[in-house]
Amino acid sequence: MTSIISISGLEKTYATGFVALKGVDLEINAGEIFALLGPNGAGKTTLISNICGIVTPTAGRITVDGRDIHADYRHVRAMIGLVPQELATDMFETVLATVSFSRGLFGKPPDPALIERVLRQLSLWEKRGDKIMTLSGGMKRRVLIAKALAHEPRILFLDEPTAGVDVELRRDMWNIIRSMRDTGVTIILTTHYIEEAEEMADRIGVISNGEIILVERKDELMRKLGKKQLVLQLQSPLSALPPALASYELALAADGREIVFTYDTRADRTGITALLNDMRAAGISFSDLSTVQSSLEDIFIDLVRQSR
Amino acid sequence: MNVRAVKSIYMFEMSRWGRTLLQSILSPVISTSLYFIVFGAAIGSRISQIDGISYGAFIVPGLIMLLLLTESTSNASFGIYFPRFTGTIYEILSAPVSSFEIVLGYVGAAATKSVILGLIILATAAMFVDVRVDHPIFMFLFLVLTAVTFSLFGFIIGVWADGFERLQIIPLLVITPLTFLGGTFYSVSMLPPFWQTVTLFNPIVYLISGFRWSFYGIADVNVGVSLAMTSVFLLICLAAVWWIFKTGYRLKT
Repeated sequence: MTSIISISGLEKTYATGFVALKGVDLEINAGEIFALLGPNGAGKTTLISNICGIVTPTAGRITVDGRDIHADYRHVRAMIGLVPQELATDMFETVLATVSFSRGLFGKPPDPALIERVLRQLSLWEKRGDKIMTLSGGMKRRVLIAKALAHEPRILFLDEPTAGVDVELRRDMWNIIRSMRDTGVTIILTTHYIEEAEEMADRIGVISNGEIILVERKDELMRKLGKKQLVLQLQSPLSALPPALASYELALAADGREIVFTYDTRADRTGITALLNDMRAAGISFSDLSTVQSSLEDIFIDLVRQSR
Repeated sequence: MNVRAVKSIYMFEMSRWGRTLLQSILSPVISTSLYFIVFGAAIGSRISQIDGISYGAFIVPGLIMLLLLTESTSNASFGIYFPRFTGTIYEILSAPVSSFEIVLGYVGAAATKSVILGLIILATAAMFVDVRVDHPIFMFLFLVLTAVTFSLFGFIIGVWADGFERLQIIPLLVITPLTFLGGTFYSVSMLPPFWQTVTLFNPIVYLISGFRWSFYGIADVNVGVSLAMTSVFLLICLAAVWWIFKTGYRLKT
């Protein structure tokens, strides 16, 4: 898989002295949907704004398509579409005018057929002659997406695309993003909704306090999520696991007073019965047992808490 | 050069003007007509000629300048302030355009509007008084130079302003007084010697004097000095705009 965005040592300190990004390293692969997950104020928007040229980095280097974003800004920016978090629109303009303007601004020749396609895809075609100020919040969000897509970007940034959007529209938005990806567009979306990252992303990056604290494939995360742990409290502590139990994924904990068995809840056989039988055969008895399951939310909260 | 982007910004700004065309043109035309009625016809008929020019005709270049300065400044400042205010500036900043292209689009549009308005006012004036233009090429040169310079100046104000009041304050407190005191309604030579010297520190004196020279061949200061001063002010504004984009002042964080 080829990297399309490469960020190394990115730091941003605002004039107020607030440190928004503390040395971020990140690779985004071409054609993936990458979800940047983090609580409010974690630095998600600052990170995106740095890549798009709205914020000037304090230190570090960003390349897009192998080119430096400052030295080669024309090439880089022409590739990128940005949908900001705030509903910033030209209130007095019509939908069609503002979307056509975006295309021209990015140096592309007029293409009414493409604009029509984009507007139809976003259910905006009927509203093309309406002034933006007359549209609902969800429709304005669509206008911003249409503006970003008007110049056929290869990379699309969506900053909190579903913030303040009702459930139905959120589903719509997810479908739109997926169809975008199917055309080969790389998508980076920020969100603080875990289920959104879970629903959409190929990979998930967790950012907290200006640092990327985890980047992992979603299925990998889900595999961890799908795992459960069986904790057996032993009557007498063990110094080492007996060889008879070597075939199980076991770990000793609490100074040998606990055996922790990790198993996959989605597997056909969890192996619990066999383990308990083998333990009895090995003469290990236990006084209590419990199971724990870690959700993505737990992982997320733990990570964020640790980083503070 | 991203010509399409410049064109997009330019056309966008011109269409914004087009939406409010009637009030954009009507209000300056009406206010200037009032000046001609009051100063040209009513009071002007009791004022003797200045350097052989009837008073009504004498004030035409000054009035056009007054309009040119205020319209250029307010148009350009609003043009760049509004995207900052609504947040749509993000798109300009993230687009593959250079700062030069951004300025060219915004300032070009503001200057175009001012030049068009200036010519409309000239036509309006011609209906009230006998106007003649001795040096039409210089007249147009001064018109364009001033429109561009003060559109740049307006752009700077639009970047600097952090509220709608601030947008108004410079035109109101600086440009209008300096224009009135810059010889719109009188010849500098009519002032006592001390105030003649003070007046020479007012940059707008040079604009009006040069502009009036292109009409009637009479000037308070040498036309070469006028052109030089206008160019100097243009360069100062260009330097300020260059600095704004270099540092990202109030545009980027």
